[in-house]
Amino acid sequence: MHIADFTFYTFAIILVTAALFVVVARNPVHSVLWLILCFIQAAGFFVLLGAEFVAFLLVIVYVGAVAVLFLFVVMMLDVDFAELKAEMAKYVPLAGLIGVVLMMQLVLAFGTWEFSAGVEARLASPTPPLDEVHNTQALGLLLYDQYFLLFQLSGLILLVAMIGAILLTLRHRQDIKRQDVIAQMMRDPAKAMELKDVKPGQGL
Amino acid sequence: MTIGLEHYLTVAAALFVIGIFGIFLNRKNVIIILMSIELMLLAVNINLVAFSFFLGDLTGQVFTLFVLTVAAAEAAIGLAILVCFFRNRGTIAVEDVNVMKG
Repeated sequence: MHIADFTFYTFAIILVTAALFVVVARNPVHSVLWLILCFIQAAGFFVLLGAEFVAFLLVIVYVGAVAVLFLFVVMMLDVDFAELKAEMAKYVPLAGLIGVVLMMQLVLAFGTWEFSAGVEARLASPTPPLDEVHNTQALGLLLYDQYFLLFQLSGLILLVAMIGAILLTLRHRQDIKRQDVIAQMMRDPAKAMELKDVKPGQGL
Repeated sequence: MTIGLEHYLTVAAALFVIGIFGIFLNRKNVIIILMSIELMLLAVNINLVAFSFFLGDLTGQVFTLFVLTVAAAEAAIGLAILVCFFRNRGTIAVEDVNVMKG
């Protein structure tokens, strides 16, 4: 067996097993950790497929941001997960049925599927030879040139998501003391301090 | 036997089906549902990159980047809604969400 084949099968087995544990794990923290393992195995796939940039983006964005976000939320919410999981056995038949039906549909599609004739001539943007332009550079040339509008729009989506997430979760608490910057800056030095002439032996 | 496109498609299909399975298995726990959606998007990404490699077309990888962007935005918004819902109701059981209907 070739080393690349061995690597593929290792990644594939770990990926599918970890994915299964994501959905059946009792503890959601364990689910998140299995999800991280899934993402790392998928990144391994992408390296095998020569897509290094996407692979490391997957590790940085998914493992570094999305999975950690999940972990924060799981730990922040004080939920009785055992109660939520208690009725899981009830849903196994339905879930299994839907899974099997979907798998059969995918197998049916898989059996009759083939590339159309002359597909090599109709590529939108052929991969340049690896010894001339490496993966990251080729992707950048394509992304900032041909797909520039979509690139900007995806940035806009992230901006909207960021504003939305902040808007949804920000709580303005009324019961605490806050610094009022405007009031501090608008203070008049002449009125800020008052001199009192206190006579000896008397109070104010 | 060398690894071909079919091998990657099989793994991606398995991953996608596990994602669907997870959604129906964890009907009450919306956090696991969001994780299942992430798994399904990952399966889509594997398909896109596999086709990109075996066809020699870089467009698949470009669209993987966009799927990644949308997935990150979706996770952020979904979890924000979840936190908001938990503050209001004290639980994350999805079955209770319909009481939010106006």
